[in-house]
Amino acid sequence: MSALAVIRPDSWFFPLFLHIAGAMVLVGALTLASVYLIASWRSNSVALIRTAYMSLFYAALPGYIVFRVGAEWIADKEGLADSDLTWIGIGYGVSDLGALLLIVALVIGGISVRRMNRGGTPSPIAARIVTGLVSLVLIAYLVAVWAMSTKPA
Amino acid sequence: MYDALLFLHVLTAFFLAAAVVMFSSFVLGGPIDRPSKLVAEILWGVGGLGTLGFGIWLALNRPEYEIWDGWIIAALVLWLLANGAGARVSRDLRGVGGGSTITLDRRAVFAHWMRVLWVVLLLVVMVWKPGA
Repeated sequence: MSALAVIRPDSWFFPLFLHIAGAMVLVGALTLASVYLIASWRSNSVALIRTAYMSLFYAALPGYIVFRVGAEWIADKEGLADSDLTWIGIGYGVSDLGALLLIVALVIGGISVRRMNRGGTPSPIAARIVTGLVSLVLIAYLVAVWAMSTKPA
Repeated sequence: MYDALLFLHVLTAFFLAAAVVMFSSFVLGGPIDRPSKLVAEILWGVGGLGTLGFGIWLALNRPEYEIWDGWIIAALVLWLLANGAGARVSRDLRGVGGGSTITLDRRAVFAHWMRVLWVVLLLVVMVWKPGA
């Protein structure tokens, strides 16, 4: 039976809430960034590209940190920190890959924002690369949502 | 069956959260172009209907839950409040979408942040399940 259907001790509530809320902010910010970036492909709009990169920095990154801290906390409370369960493995794998791709996207985005702040135009190639990275992370998180909710053995 | 329902319920909850983040960007002065507004509205609509439909189906599917359980009633009330607040914001954003930033009137901004509050409380109820 899935853990969502199990009645949990009250002490598990807050770390699990942090984990899910952080994941929701992270996924929301990645969705926002990818939609803005795809919309900017035709117009090369500075406002869309800047807001997309800012949403990665100000929402996706904090969301990731909260989500990951919550994950470690609830895994520790449930005694799953060193577990070799498949769904835990998928969760950590996707989380680590997601962190790596998010950092690359943030670096590329940061360079582009710096260029825009100096009066330059945003690089359309950088915008396409970040779109690809962010979309890949989003797909990976959908797999994680499936693994976390169905908990395959 | 249960796993599929739970996955779809959680997935559509993520759609709802993604829509809230997108609308927050609009309210905070982010650019509003037609595609992003359309995606936000679709995520909110699909997320809203999905969480409600799959949530009720889950409650009917599981013997340990009843549709009249206090926490499920609370979740339904919060869902209605969130959708009421969301409708107010959507009405204000109608006709906007040229990639510009706009200043929403104070009531719409208030409605949006109330929607955020209702969605956060909905998540609290879903995770905590008080009284379950």
